[in-house]
Amino acid sequence: MATLLTIGTGKGLFLATSDDGRVRWRLSGPHFPMTAVYATAIDKRPGTPRLLAGMTSSHFGPSVAASDDLGTSWQEPDGAPVAFPSDTGASLTRVWQLAPGTSDEPDVVYAGTQPSALFRSVDGGRTYELVRPLWDHPHRSQWGEGFGGQAIHTVLPDPRDPARLVVAMSTGGVYRSDDGGATWDAHNRGIRAYFLPDEWPEFGQCVHKVARDAADPDRLYAQNHHGVYRSDDAGGTWRSIADGLPSDFGFPIVAHPHRGGVIYTFPLTADGERFPVDRTCRVFRSADAGATWEGLSAGLPTEPFYPSVLRDAMCVDDVDPAGVYFGTRSGEVYASRDEGGSWSLVAAHLPDVLCLRAAEV
Amino acid sequence: MVTLLVPAALRGDAGGAARLRVAAAGTLGSVLDEVALRWPRLARRIRDERGELRRYVNVYVDGQDCRVAGGLAAPVPADAEVQLLPSVAGG
Repeated sequence: MATLLTIGTGKGLFLATSDDGRVRWRLSGPHFPMTAVYATAIDKRPGTPRLLAGMTSSHFGPSVAASDDLGTSWQEPDGAPVAFPSDTGASLTRVWQLAPGTSDEPDVVYAGTQPSALFRSVDGGRTYELVRPLWDHPHRSQWGEGFGGQAIHTVLPDPRDPARLVVAMSTGGVYRSDDGGATWDAHNRGIRAYFLPDEWPEFGQCVHKVARDAADPDRLYAQNHHGVYRSDDAGGTWRSIADGLPSDFGFPIVAHPHRGGVIYTFPLTADGERFPVDRTCRVFRSADAGATWEGLSAGLPTEPFYPSVLRDAMCVDDVDPAGVYFGTRSGEVYASRDEGGSWSLVAAHLPDVLCLRAAEV
Repeated sequence: MVTLLVPAALRGDAGGAARLRVAAAGTLGSVLDEVALRWPRLARRIRDERGELRRYVNVYVDGQDCRVAGGLAAPVPADAEVQLLPSVAGG
């Protein structure tokens, strides 16, 4: 078996493949050159793994393409795969997230978009329809926009029940549906919005990324715009797990694929100082659901390090022991084949890395 | 017939053609509506789902920028040449 790493960048999609247990990597691309690839997925539910890519051309707009031969060829429908219905008056800026549904619904794929909306595909990710109840949510007119744009960047189906779904947006925060998307409630209690007059609003938080625990689907982790949190009740309440971190600011948060309580993040100094803490390239890992953290840097650059890691530019694979990956805005991609214990360079001098996904294929 | 000039970057969405012949005329909107019926993937590179021209796609009708000639209402004579050009954008 090979391990495939999809690398979405500001100017196209690169694919890295390892046939030797993630020691050496073979790079191909750019696929879709001169498009920003904000979202990729490796969907292993079909008999043949399907790759999905959401790309946006500055000139020619957004689209989604699929490959059933690991990126050798790509297919795109003639009509727009993700488009707002005409009565909404909206148009798609880009797809920020492509998330395969549960194994119970093997043809369902979700797309989180800018402007903030959720789309659902029932044909394996080729075409999508707007999830109306979330678009019609009374909060929507008050959802805000960060520097990156107003987007749903996180979609987390519940592996136990396809009717349960968590999404996160910047700004707006965490919303959950327990009825297949028919109704949605904000789930942000305990997440601080220091940038608002009311620092504890029902919604409006700038949640950067949310991850679901491998062992307990009701346990969620959130990297906020300042603040790192855990919920043990599917988002009902959140409490800080940032005490052991050198900073509570950052963008990604990733959960281990198999082991409960194991999470990874890449802290930056502060909102107003978006450099790695101490200008040091370090991933932080917790093995106890955020109670304690350790910095991981073996094999990473030792000179002063300035690039940040964007919200989707960190991921894990599904191998045992797990691989952990992150990419930088300076175009480097690093991989660990021992769950973060040591790191090596997969690729350098790429365009800015926007998103990563990895799996055994 | 209106002649539509397709830039290299979009020819893959036009069956490889550099020039397309379009029967519709009258306005740019009607020309692009026919494009949407016959070459839908090309059409969605030019206009978004609201039917608006994408910001960084320029369309010239007989050499004149449509944005100073009425946009989608720009007149298109039956023998006009409509040129699609990506604008200067990106980094």
